[in-house]
Amino acid sequence: MNSSGVALDISDLVVRLGKSPQGERVIDAVSLHVRERETLCLVGESGSGKSVTALTVMGLLQKGSLVPSGGSVKLVGEQLLGASDRRLRQLRATTMAMIFQEPMTALNPVVPVGRQIDEVLRAHTGLDARTRRKRILAMMEQVRLPEVERIFASYPHRLSGGQRQRIMIAMALVLEPKLLIADEPTTALDVTTQKQILTLIRDLQRDHGTAVLFITHDMGVVAEIADRVAVMRQGRLVESGALDNILRAPSMEYTRNLLSAVPSLVPRTARADSAEAIVLETSELGKVYRERSFFGGLREVAAAQDVTITLRKGRTLGIVGESGSGKSTVARCIVRLIDPSSGGIRLAGREISELPRRLLQPHRKRIQIIFQDPYRSLNPRITVGETIAEGPVNFGIPKQAALAKARELLELVDLPTDAISRYPHQFSGGQRQRIAIARALALDPDVLVADEAVSALDVSVQAQVLELLDEIQTRLGIALLFITHDLRVAAQICDDVAVMQRGRIVEQGPAAQVLTNPQQAYTRQLLEAAPGREWDFANFRPVARTIAAMP
Amino acid sequence: MAIEILPEPSIPVTTPFRPGLGFLTATPIIATASICLALVILSAILAPWLAPHDPLLLAPAQRLKPASALFLLGTDGYGRDVLSRILYGGRISLLIGLGAAIFSVGVGLVIGLVSGFFKWVDAVVMRIMDGLMAIPSILLAIAVVSLSGASLMTVLVAITIPEIPRVARLVRSVVLSAREEPYVEAAISVGSSLPKIMWRHLMPNTIAPLIVQGTYVCASAILTEAILSFLGAGISPETPTWGNIMAEGRAYFQIKPSLIFWPGLLLSIAILSVNLIGDAARDALDPRMKQREGGK
Repeated sequence: MNSSGVALDISDLVVRLGKSPQGERVIDAVSLHVRERETLCLVGESGSGKSVTALTVMGLLQKGSLVPSGGSVKLVGEQLLGASDRRLRQLRATTMAMIFQEPMTALNPVVPVGRQIDEVLRAHTGLDARTRRKRILAMMEQVRLPEVERIFASYPHRLSGGQRQRIMIAMALVLEPKLLIADEPTTALDVTTQKQILTLIRDLQRDHGTAVLFITHDMGVVAEIADRVAVMRQGRLVESGALDNILRAPSMEYTRNLLSAVPSLVPRTARADSAEAIVLETSELGKVYRERSFFGGLREVAAAQDVTITLRKGRTLGIVGESGSGKSTVARCIVRLIDPSSGGIRLAGREISELPRRLLQPHRKRIQIIFQDPYRSLNPRITVGETIAEGPVNFGIPKQAALAKARELLELVDLPTDAISRYPHQFSGGQRQRIAIARALALDPDVLVADEAVSALDVSVQAQVLELLDEIQTRLGIALLFITHDLRVAAQICDDVAVMQRGRIVEQGPAAQVLTNPQQAYTRQLLEAAPGREWDFANFRPVARTIAAMP
Repeated sequence: MAIEILPEPSIPVTTPFRPGLGFLTATPIIATASICLALVILSAILAPWLAPHDPLLLAPAQRLKPASALFLLGTDGYGRDVLSRILYGGRISLLIGLGAAIFSVGVGLVIGLVSGFFKWVDAVVMRIMDGLMAIPSILLAIAVVSLSGASLMTVLVAITIPEIPRVARLVRSVVLSAREEPYVEAAISVGSSLPKIMWRHLMPNTIAPLIVQGTYVCASAILTEAILSFLGAGISPETPTWGNIMAEGRAYFQIKPSLIFWPGLLLSIAILSVNLIGDAARDALDPRMKQREGGK
């Protein structure tokens, strides 16, 4: 390998758990390199070791619990493993820098952002205050922040998520490092913001010649930004190669599976129109939050306004939108976890929006909800069987019968029946989400509300859970209200789609129509921002021109 | 969308949330505290068999005798055996400590659960609790005892009342954060009744902090009882309690300081042991404390 122009060279890296040489290998013989002006995407599911690799390079591993025990990590020719803390501190910021997933927690909330960037300059340069300030403002302009003077003096909470991430990037690049490590930098951002940040990283890299090690789990993002791709799994490098080679002709089985699991943006073949009964409809549903300020002033925030949707038996309606669009508020109103401020909810022909708690009780069983985070939606102190049986027991079914039903449901969601006496922590995220589905089905509901139910799962697990939901719908004829921010997921599971923005539905219709021929500017914007939309990952080829070139 | 199932990482089978009593011997200091407390408790329970004399028997001829084979710790101003009185006194002190811990935790748990869940109850009840916390606990206890006469029960109630707000606030704060958990919302949506949600899903979250708080209440109740007795506002003076023994011993402090020394020593050992065990319980039950230790 020609060593000139190589910014980062990792060879045969081994990282173990604990100091003993018998410790489990968290990173096992990983070799990769990043050249100047090149972006290497490190892809893998949770637990694959991609973040540990990055932290090893930065010298930020938790001392004593994760220990590099073999191989070498060279930054522009300099060995990093075994370098002194002092030297590593010098190298960070000047030669290598890192940006993180959650810019709010990476920034100090009580120091203005300008001063936080200034700290880097003060620590590593001998410039005077005036020059430093000029350089910072120039950098902030480069990351395309507006009104740099004002933002310089702002505290992190005054900025949006995208602006905070720009600040992080400015801080990382202000000393023009040779290597930038980006650990899922856009995962916490909305798609439209994500697209801007990805473009920004690309442009800055072109101007400064920085080498970028970009860690992500999202194949769409990979397709947008990578020059080369390295796939990791369980601490090992599965394969690496140029972007096109990996996406078109992956040589390893695992990579093929990973790509196959990425849902396509092209909506699935539409099901025949349904004439079944309407099980759920809302009319002009609204939720207003009133905030009383310290001086008695009243501020109203409309989280949802005039939301009218209709859902028939056996169909799936998707509500898509960015964070803060009000999609979760709508879901929680419909399940009556919060009380709507206006409008009506008809569930199987009965108006439930104004029923008091006691009268609502018999209707609860008709509509059930699955939450986003399977680690928090199951009570850790209660066995899986008791959790699933809780609903039926509430509605008067004897305990033994309810547990027998729980056993059937576990089979339905493809879990072993002995899971019934185990506790939630003994299961993985995907398995827990199956348990949550079983709990929701235990009451034989007419409507199942899935609030970002697959967003916290790895892509392969996500595909399995989506498949399960689809199967359950076919078998039980249940209606699904599917809340998601992910247009790919929506395209694969929904019959109809409603797009929400700032509490209102801006466009609604059959999925095939909304997602391929959007009428509203906002929907178009969302679709255009979806990362990797030129690629049909599952079929290892770019999307046919006609759809990629849609207006 | 058929794809080959990728195996998810298996998760080792462990059962948390049952920390057991292993923490009682976590370090040599805590182990010593556990042994000391066990000895104090045993001696109090077995007082009728261990005590060489009747703790109430007056023997004017034997006043203020020094330690001897007959009276191991000597006698007090009325000729009563000091060792016997201390052993019997432990029964009252420990009973008050345990009783105050159980009552305040029980009442505080109910108040905290209810006011953590219902906003309108919260507004009223928590202001009452704030008011109670503003009154010095000794003053409140003296007032209660002098209004209703000194008996074991009134002293217990007087000591328990000021402890309730602390427990209630603790439970309330735990409930306020736990009720936002999705598993509680899930329980609401499967139609569980409010009492069931409180008992099954919220209450278990409070057990660990309550065990810790209970030990602190216990220690401070033992001390408060001793103070009340010492001030003469506690249980009637002839009843042997550590506070009463010290109060009477005060008159003879110049002649026979051991009258104050021995009950004082036992009082200190009991309180120190309970507090140390409380700290150990907190470390064992709060995973964050463990993590910090592990990070060192």
